[in-house]
Amino acid sequence: MNVIMAILGAVIFLIAAPLLGGLLSGIDRIITARMQSRRGPPLLQPFYDIAKLWHKEKVFANPVEMIFTTAYLVLTAVSGAMFFGGLNLLLVVFCLALAHTFLILAAYAANAPYSHIGAERELIAIMVAEPILILLGVGFFMVTGTFLVSEIMGAGVPAICYLPGVFLALFAVLTLKLRKSPFDISTSHHAHQELVKGVTSSFAGKTLAKVELAHWYETILLLGMIFLFFAGHPVIGIIVVIVGYFLEILIDNIFPRVTWQMTVKSLWLVTLILGVVNIILLGIFGGILA
Amino acid sequence: MTSAAKSPWLLHYNASSCNGCDIEILAALTPLYDVERFGIINTGNPAHADIFVVTGGVNEQNKEVLKNLYDQIPEPKVVMAVGICASSGGVFRDCYNVSGGVDTIIPVDVYVPGCSVRPEALIEGVVKAIGVLEEKRAKMEAEK
Repeated sequence: MNVIMAILGAVIFLIAAPLLGGLLSGIDRIITARMQSRRGPPLLQPFYDIAKLWHKEKVFANPVEMIFTTAYLVLTAVSGAMFFGGLNLLLVVFCLALAHTFLILAAYAANAPYSHIGAERELIAIMVAEPILILLGVGFFMVTGTFLVSEIMGAGVPAICYLPGVFLALFAVLTLKLRKSPFDISTSHHAHQELVKGVTSSFAGKTLAKVELAHWYETILLLGMIFLFFAGHPVIGIIVVIVGYFLEILIDNIFPRVTWQMTVKSLWLVTLILGVVNIILLGIFGGILA
Repeated sequence: MTSAAKSPWLLHYNASSCNGCDIEILAALTPLYDVERFGIINTGNPAHADIFVVTGGVNEQNKEVLKNLYDQIPEPKVVMAVGICASSGGVFRDCYNVSGGVDTIIPVDVYVPGCSVRPEALIEGVVKAIGVLEEKRAKMEAEK
């Protein structure tokens, strides 16, 4: 029964996540436009973009980037499928990190300075985001005594009661993970950003489409992680996810010129103060639910 | 309308223009006109672009750059010569260092004359370019 549920969860994620992620991206672009008193593109614009990229000529700075970006897409999808299949949370986090490593390799494969700087900044992004993702796994283990997402989902008291600090730290890191705030880090969504799309600057056509698709998978996975804090209370969880995503858009528009130095400092500080202290307190006062 | 027409991404290059046309292009890209509602994005990256918007009469210094950028844009691609200098060389046509129009270096699909070009003409030019883009894509599909 559990196996069937796990396979079902994974399959639903693999099919629905790109659709949901694309729609979310469309809504995101419209809301962003409205915040800047513009009309914004049609809701389905992200899908038009992908369809167009898919039909472009195949051009590579280095043919190996095709393999690396495919690995990025597949591993991101797999880590999401493992999460929604209810498997090990740590495995999901490590698989996601491996996926990003392939993206960085793809960017390094092109012999182009913008691409290389983009790859370096993407490495910095991983350096900033990874600690909190691991703390997330640790925190859930301390609260529920398991790394399995399926069992965390079945826990009686939602994890948010024990892990408010980790939750807030994860929320802060989302600005980076959703490729929003630091305008000079790898590939943020700002119109004319510093690195001309950094990590993706040498990708064209299908390669770029794959990176975008992987990003949609990742967005849904990260929102799933936010939802996990409210396991057992799906309505509250969904409301928090929606409000959280809206806040991310708002923060993105209020602080459009955050640099990567600022990001590293502030996010590490947040991880340390909110995340680590939360875990330490949990360690002192005990967390595992009897 | 295919997806190519719904998501034309621009690359803008100034090949020794006086900046008059460039300012008009950037004005059309601002929130006031909001070209993103047509799916248009100013990419600043040839690998991502569909429509190559060139201003200026092209001189000896930048003709290699222009050729290089053109080669980096994957097919289907459309070149728009914006302003009279880009279209024909304009008043600089006979200068010793000016090539005399973008089409002396790379093939041009749409000419948008004017000094400087008016935003209305520019937007009409992009609409024409989208038409050409669709034609080229259909041709590409047919050849497959």
